[in-house]
Amino acid sequence: MSKSYELFIGPNHPGIPGNFSVKIELEGDTVVKAKGDPGYLHRAFEKAMEGRYYIQNLALIPRICVPEPDINEAAYAMAVEDLMGIEIPERAKYIRTIVLELARVANLTFWMGSFAATLGLYTLSQWSFGDRDYALDLFNEICGARVYHMFIWPGGVRRDLPPGWEDRVLDYVKYIKERLVDYDNIFFKNVMFKYRTKGMAVVTKEQAIEWGATGPILKAAGVAQDVRKDDPYAAYGYLDFEIPTLTDGDSWSRAMIRRMELDLSLDLIEQAVKKMPKKGPVCAKMPNPLKGIVPAGETYAKVESARGEHGFYMVSDNTGKPYRVAVRGASHTHMFTIAEKVLIGQRLADVSHTLVSLDICPPEFDR
Amino acid sequence: MNIKDYENGSFLKPLASVKYLFKKPHTLRYPKETKPVPDRYRGLHINDVDKCIGCGNCRDICPCAAITMADPSDIRPIEIDKKGANPVRPKIDYGRCSFCALCVEMCPTGSLKMSKDLIYTSPDADAFVWIPLEEQGREPGFTQSDEITPLMLEAEEMEELEPEVRLKSFEEIVHGFTEEQARKEAMRCLGCGICMQGCPAHMKIPEYIQAIFDGKHDESTKFMLEDNVLPGICGRICTHRCQDDCVYQYRGDPVHIMWLKRFATDQLETYKDVEIAKMPSSGKKVAIIGGGPSGLSAAYHLTTMGHSVTIFEQKQRAGGALATGIPMYRLPIYELDKEIGHIEDMGVEIKLNTQVGKDVQFEDLLRDYDAVYIGVGLSYGRSINLKGEEHPNVVQAIDFLREVKVEGRRDITKHVVVIGGGNVAMDVARTVARLQEIKYGSKDTTVQTASLEDWDIMPASQEEIDGALEEKVIFNPAWGPNQVIFNEDGSIKGLEVKKVKHVFDESGRFNPAFYEDQKKLLEGDYIIESVGQMYNFEFIPKEMLDKLEFTPRRKVMVDEYGETTLPGVFAGGDLVETSKGDAISAIANGHRAAIGIDRYLRDKK
Repeated sequence: MSKSYELFIGPNHPGIPGNFSVKIELEGDTVVKAKGDPGYLHRAFEKAMEGRYYIQNLALIPRICVPEPDINEAAYAMAVEDLMGIEIPERAKYIRTIVLELARVANLTFWMGSFAATLGLYTLSQWSFGDRDYALDLFNEICGARVYHMFIWPGGVRRDLPPGWEDRVLDYVKYIKERLVDYDNIFFKNVMFKYRTKGMAVVTKEQAIEWGATGPILKAAGVAQDVRKDDPYAAYGYLDFEIPTLTDGDSWSRAMIRRMELDLSLDLIEQAVKKMPKKGPVCAKMPNPLKGIVPAGETYAKVESARGEHGFYMVSDNTGKPYRVAVRGASHTHMFTIAEKVLIGQRLADVSHTLVSLDICPPEFDR
Repeated sequence: MNIKDYENGSFLKPLASVKYLFKKPHTLRYPKETKPVPDRYRGLHINDVDKCIGCGNCRDICPCAAITMADPSDIRPIEIDKKGANPVRPKIDYGRCSFCALCVEMCPTGSLKMSKDLIYTSPDADAFVWIPLEEQGREPGFTQSDEITPLMLEAEEMEELEPEVRLKSFEEIVHGFTEEQARKEAMRCLGCGICMQGCPAHMKIPEYIQAIFDGKHDESTKFMLEDNVLPGICGRICTHRCQDDCVYQYRGDPVHIMWLKRFATDQLETYKDVEIAKMPSSGKKVAIIGGGPSGLSAAYHLTTMGHSVTIFEQKQRAGGALATGIPMYRLPIYELDKEIGHIEDMGVEIKLNTQVGKDVQFEDLLRDYDAVYIGVGLSYGRSINLKGEEHPNVVQAIDFLREVKVEGRRDITKHVVVIGGGNVAMDVARTVARLQEIKYGSKDTTVQTASLEDWDIMPASQEEIDGALEEKVIFNPAWGPNQVIFNEDGSIKGLEVKKVKHVFDESGRFNPAFYEDQKKLLEGDYIIESVGQMYNFEFIPKEMLDKLEFTPRRKVMVDEYGETTLPGVFAGGDLVETSKGDAISAIANGHRAAIGIDRYLRDKK
């Protein structure tokens, strides 16, 4: 008789982000085996993109990642611009930067809420989800939608910023900075947080590199690697910033890296708003989308999402529709290489928050 | 932040959250409290159905296939016969809509908008599909921007000869597109096909523009030849009603459809390699009187339908007004030779210098041929019974233009007055300006026009008026001719004109009235009358002419297939009501008559 038994975490479970399942095998309450089970969220986005004009995919791409849709728009737009050889206007670069960083702030506040909730602290999720909503209101003003913005498109951005929006963004940054004091008090400086996460699910520097980790997991293991710094896109090349790193590679370090990233994002927004040209075009002249042929070629455009490197690989065949689009979601390696390994040996109660600490976002790999 | 501060956890710090117990909550108490909706909100659609033209570009761009075009008459009557519009309006399935607002971005009229309203509930799934109207009372949210739009609102600029250069010769003014320009201009086309309704010949405009965009110029020409046998000519001198209907007109420049047509045909030296379907021979013979655009059109299409066709042309050149009237700077002779040559290559026989009624009798044609088509056009100048017009230096525009274009006339006097304000008057005035430049270097010369119509109602196209003004033609709008004034030696001193009170009377009929006390003299020793043309049916025997019926506007009465009241006799071109006095409508009704003749011949036992 086998001592172990199988348990499904997800697809409908409060401890799993998105419609995704992890099959774990337990002995007692210790995990001996973990296996990701995708497929519940598959919507054939990549295939669907091949049948649509380049501009029509604008409605599809943000839906790849709900908490941070803008990274998809930016990477897609950058891929198309690269294939067409288009340089976007300066002001558009800054607007993209502000939007992407604001999306990161929204995503990280969202993540904080989830992480705290999986550790049992629901107060923080009430606060952070509410604060995220203020960021969504700012998005609502620039593009008329809260979640699926469809604001960054090939050539630049869809509209110039509404009057006074920059000031409201700075007000929001100021507000979040004030709130972070209390966030720290209630969570990041909370002794329970420390006990639950210190030394948990360690991914060492060597493992992180070998397993293809990007983003906070890599930074928490001591590697200062970030697309914004290494291969600057939008206006990141004009901004002054350092990539935060920690060395332990455990769950606590990853959470703290995200906390530091939040500070960095708020700082980048302030810098970008200050340095942004006050006037100028925000969109390059683009061909008629119904006829606009993209020259044959292939490209890979990448951006730094809150979870790591997010990229679009695109092949064009000199028609108005892409020949092939493939999306590289950072969570893919984080789930199927890293989580499946680091979950082994964990207690059942730690599975959920370990998954959230790796920030697994199923829609990214289960498209 | 200093990471050291975080490394030692605290039991007490979390108690900081207690203070929030006494703070005002962020949550809104809906519905008592609501959030302001931003101006760019992408909510449910609204559409001004009177402004909307049913072009379907919203449907074409919709990534979710949420839009279909539907007849709105049940919900809200619209103007069915609106020019340049389809009688359908977008119907949106909100089960599919993703609220991306690409339909709004692509709307060429700016009628479709999104509103600030997103709330709609119904237990019935079908209730989520409707035709949005402005009357639904939603507040507008996301709208178009002319600065940032996926539409290419600006047209490619066409290069032209400078006025001082072009006056020196009869060189063609417009250079025509380069390959790159043509491709860019063709790229602008949205392919909605609204333009096809405006074109009298209903040419397959989206198809041929797409072929130009793809660089397939022979395929493009093939599409053109299906409805228009003289595409290269129309690419130069057409009245381009298609462009007047182009959906880009509402927010930008219409696509230069005419010049794209010219570009595609200019890429082919001949049309020999263009694949044209031709029916096997039917053994039937058709006679065509008049080798103008309508006659050529009818002849060509009848030939492709398998009939053998002979054209009887009175002049030394086929082409009608295209060959004899339109000056070289607008339509060079080689273009005529190319396109008429193609018609001859297809098997049409053209008998030049053959006048029906003199060299060959009308009755003989009726006897020897299975059907006869009359396309003689308005080839005689209309006189206005001007006092003194019998003087040899008072001439008709149509004769003057023919002498210059066909017979190579180059003499002109120093001061010329042109009567008329239409496109022909512009042709005359601009031709005179060239002749004066060539002969006198434009020293001490004048050419002026006198037209009944004022600037706002002048019948000539704006391009022609602008061209004439650039070439220093003097305009006297709203001055009508009174009489020719002579010097004592019998030479012409000038034209006396009187001020026009109105051109059309209250019921809108042409009925000019003048201020008899306001007169002036336009000095000039040569007067060219350009006030319209008329037909001449002397070649038709009297007893048959009596049977030929006319419309109240003195046009030949024809049925929908171009058949006159004489059996087996068809008519087209400027003789019939559907003509708008331009080449393309003559080509169109020539084609229509060809279909009618084919039908007649196939029914005839």
